[in-house]
Amino acid sequence: MGLSIALTVNGAPHRVELEDPRVTLLDLLRERLHLTGTKKGCDRGQCGACTVLLDGRRTNACLALAAAHDGADVLTIEGLAGGGGELHPVQAAFIAHDALQCGFCTPGQVMSAVGLIAEGHAGSDPERVREGMSGNLCRCGAYAGITEAVLDAQGRMAGRGEAA
Amino acid sequence: MNTFEFVRPATVAEAVAAASAPGAAYHAAGTNLLDLMKGGVARPTRLVDVNRLPGLDRIEHAPDGGVRVGALVRNADLAHDPAFSRRFPAVAEALLSGASAQLRNAATVGGNLLQRTRCAYFYDTASACNKRQPGAGCDARGGENRLHAVLGWSGSCIATHPSDFCVPLVALGATVEIEGKAGWRDVPLVDFHRLPGLAPERETVLETGDLVVAVRLPAEAARFAAHARYLKVRERTSYAFAVVSAAAALRMEGDRIAEARIALGGVALKPWRAHDAEAALAGARPDAATFRRAAEAALAGAEPSGDNAFKIELARRIVARALAMAFAGTPERVPALPASPFAPVPGASIHV
Repeated sequence: MGLSIALTVNGAPHRVELEDPRVTLLDLLRERLHLTGTKKGCDRGQCGACTVLLDGRRTNACLALAAAHDGADVLTIEGLAGGGGELHPVQAAFIAHDALQCGFCTPGQVMSAVGLIAEGHAGSDPERVREGMSGNLCRCGAYAGITEAVLDAQGRMAGRGEAA
Repeated sequence: MNTFEFVRPATVAEAVAAASAPGAAYHAAGTNLLDLMKGGVARPTRLVDVNRLPGLDRIEHAPDGGVRVGALVRNADLAHDPAFSRRFPAVAEALLSGASAQLRNAATVGGNLLQRTRCAYFYDTASACNKRQPGAGCDARGGENRLHAVLGWSGSCIATHPSDFCVPLVALGATVEIEGKAGWRDVPLVDFHRLPGLAPERETVLETGDLVVAVRLPAEAARFAAHARYLKVRERTSYAFAVVSAAAALRMEGDRIAEARIALGGVALKPWRAHDAEAALAGARPDAATFRRAAEAALAGAEPSGDNAFKIELARRIVARALAMAFAGTPERVPALPASPFAPVPGASIHV
């Protein structure tokens, strides 16, 4: 059974033929478009390593059937930095605050943080940031740095008038 | 995962027709269904994708104060709808206490009602489960069952329904709108989920092809807005299913409770409305003794189904505490940790 879907990924249009309807958005990004920055952790919606922005909203790509997202706009970690290689404020803040150790969960953490800041519900309350980031597990335990990085990046982006 | 046919109907009528075939299942966000399919627990041969059906993604506030929420409204959008959270704050708090931000951005209202139990024996295809395979037996009985049901369970199934959202909804008298082969009908949410009895594989009153299209709350449910809370004990601070939860809502008249609404989560295979506890509160003074009496009434029929006798007393304390929190007043804003027992409550014990 053939299904053809159109996706905009990191600003670039793609048409993808799905010979098999079982393909998740995560597998499509990694295996078909070779965007391997989005990580496959649990593959069951429990760890957040596969977080991408789907039509502007942070989502677990492992639990999204690609076939159900014809026409969607997807932003992955590869599309976050500026064209000249300038890091996104959230990426820069993760480095500045040592918000990672092994780095496997980091693309998902960063995309989730970008989504959280765009949602605008956490404000400057670290408790709300921790709660808002609770869908992203970090087995190295870099949570303290992650919370600091999110708050710092949010402050810098507000100063520059950026939403995401 | 077995393979399947993926169909994208354009209308509700087309969707109902497509889903009436044997082996068909509706697909919205897929946050629960895809997980079950990856584990081989659910094996649909056709997925009927409802994401493009028109008109199912709206929150419609009626002039009288009631609301109609389309089945495709995402959990996060409902929780953050200002008019909805102002009128039904306990529902917003319950939504925000469930899952993670990523899942709430995807998961739908209809899917929340229809999510499956998280009983580990249901998920493990090597275990016996009457719900997954009728007649196979129940390995949860005599197994790891400290989180299983204490109300309404049977010898066939001791699983619980995992929803937070459904708990305040059932307390507030929500109605489910269903489209099916025979047309449109309403079912009160309290009657929507079935207790296990001898047929735990039949989880709801839905018939083949039936599609949940909306959930409604009546205007009278908004009268509890000033005193409405959801309280949820988890085994970690966040991003976990309820061990026990309770929704409590009070309508005060002077220094007396005019009317109360109470429902429990994590205790049965359906969101559990506690009518006897509500009756015990009508006309009573809002004090600790009254709340404890109501809590006793709510759990009057409870029995352990395994190593879970602790849940009965825990549930009583959660009901009493939720009532105390509701009486103290709905907070201006949903707390940083929604529904968490770790937040201080004026005049209430810190012990849950």
